Amino acid sequence: MSAWIDVCHIDDLQPDSGVCALVAGRQVAIFYLPRLHAVYAVGNFDPFSEANVLSRGMVGDLGGQPMLASPMYKQHFNLQTGICFEDATVSVPAYPARIENDRVAIQMPE
Amino acid sequence: MNTKQTLVVIGNGMVGQHFLTKLVETAAKDQFHIVTFCEEPRAAYDRVHLSEYFTGKTAEDLSLVSPGFFAEHGIEIHLGDRAASIDRQQKRVTSANGVVIAYDKLVLATGSYPFVPPVPGHDRAQCLVYRTIEDLEAIKAAAEKSKIGTVVGGGLLGLEAAKALTDLGLETHVVEFAPRLMAVQLDDGGGAMLRQKIQALGVKVHLNKNTSLIDDGEQCLHKMNFADGEVLETDLILFSAGIRPRDDIARACGLEVGPRGGIVIDNQCKTSDPDIYAIGECALWNGQIFGLVAPGYTMARTAAADLAGAEAGFTGADMSTKLKLMGVDVASIGDAHARTQGALVYTYQNGSSEIYKRLVVSQDKKQLLGAVLVGEASGYSTLLQYCLNGIELPENPDSLILPQRHDESVGLGPDALPASAQICSCHDVSKGQVCGAIEAGCTTMGQLKAETKAATGCGGCAALLKSVLDCELIKQGVEVSTDICEHFPHTRQDLYNLIMVEQIKTFDELLDKHGRGLGCEVCKQAVGSILASYWNDYILEKPHIGLQDTNDTYLANMQKDGTYSVVPRVTGGEITPDGLIALGQVAKKYGLYTKITGGQRVDLFGARVEQLPLIWQELIAAGFESGHAYGKSLRTVKSCVGSTWCRFGVDDSVGLAIELENRYKGLRAPHKIKFAVSGCTRECAEAQGKDIGVIATENGWNLYVCGNGGMKPRHADLFATNLDKETLVKYIDRVLIFYVRTAARLQRTSVWMENMEGGLDYLKAVILEDRLGLAEELEQQMQHVIATYQCEWKTTLQDAQKLKRFRHFVNSDQADDNVVFVEERGQVRPANAEERRHFKLIEEAA
Ligand SMILES: Cc1cc2nc3c(=O)[nH]c(=O)nc-3n(C[C@H](O)[C@H](O)[C@H](O)COP(=O)(O)OP(=O)(O)OC[C@H]3O[C@@H](n4cnc5c(N)ncnc54)[C@H](O)[C@@H]3O)c2cc1C
Ligand code: SF4
Ligand code: SF4
Repeated sequence: MSAWIDVCHIDDLQPDSGVCALVAGRQVAIFYLPRLHAVYAVGNFDPFSEANVLSRGMVGDLGGQPMLASPMYKQHFNLQTGICFEDATVSVPAYPARIENDRVAIQMPE
Repeated sequence: MNTKQTLVVIGNGMVGQHFLTKLVETAAKDQFHIVTFCEEPRAAYDRVHLSEYFTGKTAEDLSLVSPGFFAEHGIEIHLGDRAASIDRQQKRVTSANGVVIAYDKLVLATGSYPFVPPVPGHDRAQCLVYRTIEDLEAIKAAAEKSKIGTVVGGGLLGLEAAKALTDLGLETHVVEFAPRLMAVQLDDGGGAMLRQKIQALGVKVHLNKNTSLIDDGEQCLHKMNFADGEVLETDLILFSAGIRPRDDIARACGLEVGPRGGIVIDNQCKTSDPDIYAIGECALWNGQIFGLVAPGYTMARTAAADLAGAEAGFTGADMSTKLKLMGVDVASIGDAHARTQGALVYTYQNGSSEIYKRLVVSQDKKQLLGAVLVGEASGYSTLLQYCLNGIELPENPDSLILPQRHDESVGLGPDALPASAQICSCHDVSKGQVCGAIEAGCTTMGQLKAETKAATGCGGCAALLKSVLDCELIKQGVEVSTDICEHFPHTRQDLYNLIMVEQIKTFDELLDKHGRGLGCEVCKQAVGSILASYWNDYILEKPHIGLQDTNDTYLANMQKDGTYSVVPRVTGGEITPDGLIALGQVAKKYGLYTKITGGQRVDLFGARVEQLPLIWQELIAAGFESGHAYGKSLRTVKSCVGSTWCRFGVDDSVGLAIELENRYKGLRAPHKIKFAVSGCTRECAEAQGKDIGVIATENGWNLYVCGNGGMKPRHADLFATNLDKETLVKYIDRVLIFYVRTAARLQRTSVWMENMEGGLDYLKAVILEDRLGLAEELEQQMQHVIATYQCEWKTTLQDAQKLKRFRHFVNSDQADDNVVFVEERGQVRPANAEERRHFKLIEEAA
């Protein structure tokens, strides 16, 4: 089990929206969904447009699954698994994320 | 070796072309080599909508021939060549250019020509007719030299021509021989009402006038002298005194023609020579000429079927018509003059709202025989269906023409129609065929039109077609889902109303009350836009941030590499040298790629998120403000230079454009909105390609609405003419808010209007005549939007909290290393994948 890496304060997050953090040299998009009391972390790189933009996408749910819509060409990704709703062969890395003592932390595979 | 027979078609007008399209759909296509002579310089075009040539349609727009049609089907067309004679012994046609073609079968589709009464002087200069595109060009040219124009003939076509003359800015007169207008279709009461309405529009109507001589005028080019001793001076005369079949070529080769003209045909559209057919306005069936396109099309189908060996017959046609003459609805159905034995007549006349309706019913009051509607013709489809299908009338037939209370509806639901009922008369599509297409999977008007061709002729049946579609879909249990997405069982329009009625201020509140789940980018953006249109709060307020697309969140336009472009507002496209220099300096300092946009502004590309506030700080200091290029909102008001500089300009288009842009800037809408203002009818600003277009005329401003460029261009429709500025602004206020309130998500004004039941006419009724009693409310809402305008960049720069978002990482000041530029033509552009790899290698090596 890899360690939790401290990323930022909860006030740095945007409710129902995303921010991008640099964690161990990787770009991570972090989303805070207050209605679910949950934070989600996925890779910031959009495999369709090949640009680092996913943190700037809109969030919500599709059929009850928390989702993120790419701001570039609007494909949807499952925030829990990183799998693309439109094409299940495409996915972005999804990282475990948590809030503790008002600090946001994520786990990253070695 | 060619074993094919030769089929020659003389005339490539509306009916000739329809015949060709029908024939190539049959097996007979392989049996014949087809040759057609087309006297006009261009292949068939839509004569029915000819007048639109004056309001912006081009010859290509009017064309009825799909590109490549003739080549694709191996049809040999001789453009600009008239068939001069037919030799029936040798079975040969010889053309004016000397082409000789031997035929096996021959089709005459020569149409008709405008009848010009042989009054002395009828052939003077500027005495014209109204039938071809060339005629219209001649009229346009003559109108430029004229002040007064006169139409001879107060029939359907004459009144349409009169409308064209008023549109061309002439003082217009109509001279009619009969004691009423539209003598063929209307009774005295209807004719009188029509006259009253048309005179109110400024056209002078002279009835019972028999022109006896045209000679030199004193003030004008001509003086028309009437038999009763009166005179009328005019610069231009348009003859529209009826049509005559073009039967000369048939007559010369000995085919049977009627005593008053017309090539005699039988039920198979065959002339007295079994190898020769005649169709359209040149043909005489049962002693009757049909001067409408629908019967011509039926003849075309009949002849094509007969040639293909299929069973078909022409057995007369219904001559009912509905049209809009100078903005006045006029309809005539069946036996309008009550000539049937024992017929009973009901009339309804409302002097104040100028409506006249007349029903002609059978003696037993069970069948509708005919009707006349003037001033209000919304009941046309229903009445026509009663008449054509012999549907039994309600107990009190007059309920069909009496004004209705709101809770009553006497419309004939599509269910009441038999399967054989004709929905589209232009293309002869029955209700049965429509239902078949729906069963086969058509679920939208677009699909249905493409599949059945219904409503693609004169378009008069569109509303009826839509109601059949809806009714059938509901019956099939197809849920006609108009929900915006899975989170709200509502349309965008419903959501708008809920927000308005319940005064809802946030997405969360709306979701709690009316939705489910978390929402998604579809409903969030739609609601974000509605909240912004209605309340006009700052869109980056905390509850609204999650509702904005990335462009709105960062108040800039995301480009393919994740950088943004910046577009400051340049109202009306007017910019000072200092402004240009400031833009140049900012672009240079931040290494931005610069390009001039189609909306007359400057776009600065390649800004990273963290640079946006710095760039805007400098732009605002130089006097710029947000251009809202990122929003679904008013974009630009393009203008030509107008009367200030242009030697043709008649008004200050730049001044008006700036005023309009400042008025509507920041208005959030279902989609982007573009305007343009031209200083004269030369239209250099291309206003007719915009959502709102304004063109200066000698007498004020002409307003055009619902045009657009882009993927599916649409010409804007002329909405109101010769307006003063105050009225113009009032109308625009109303149209825009009505659009904001009632359009679907991401619907441009063009599609919004086309999908609106009643279309342009309904929109006019709502905006110009205030049919819904909403005008004041719409204007007030616009006032609110204008009063609460803010430059979103100015507001953002004043808020340190908001500025925190403008960095790539929350926990680092580094920039995105995936954004790499290379140079091209002296400026930067995003590196492509290959170049980026190369760049990374160098970096790693270093
Ligand atoms: C302004 C206007 C508005 C109208 N509005 C309506 C309306 O609202 N509803 C409606 O139903 N109808 C309307 N009509 C009537 C409709 O346009 C005609 O019914 C229709 O065009 C008839 O088609 P056609 O093919 O018989 O004749 P046309 O369309 O006139 O075609 C005949 C063609 O044959 C050519 N031709 C003739 N002789 C020869 C020859 N010897 N060799 C080669 N070519 C030849 C002619 O030049 C012409 O191009 C309108 C007509 C006009 C002018
Ligand atoms: S539209 Fe008229 S006024 Fe404007 S530039 Fe063109 S010619 Fe001049
Ligand atoms: S036309 Fe296509 S490529 Fe050009 S700006 Fe529009 S979307 Fe982009």
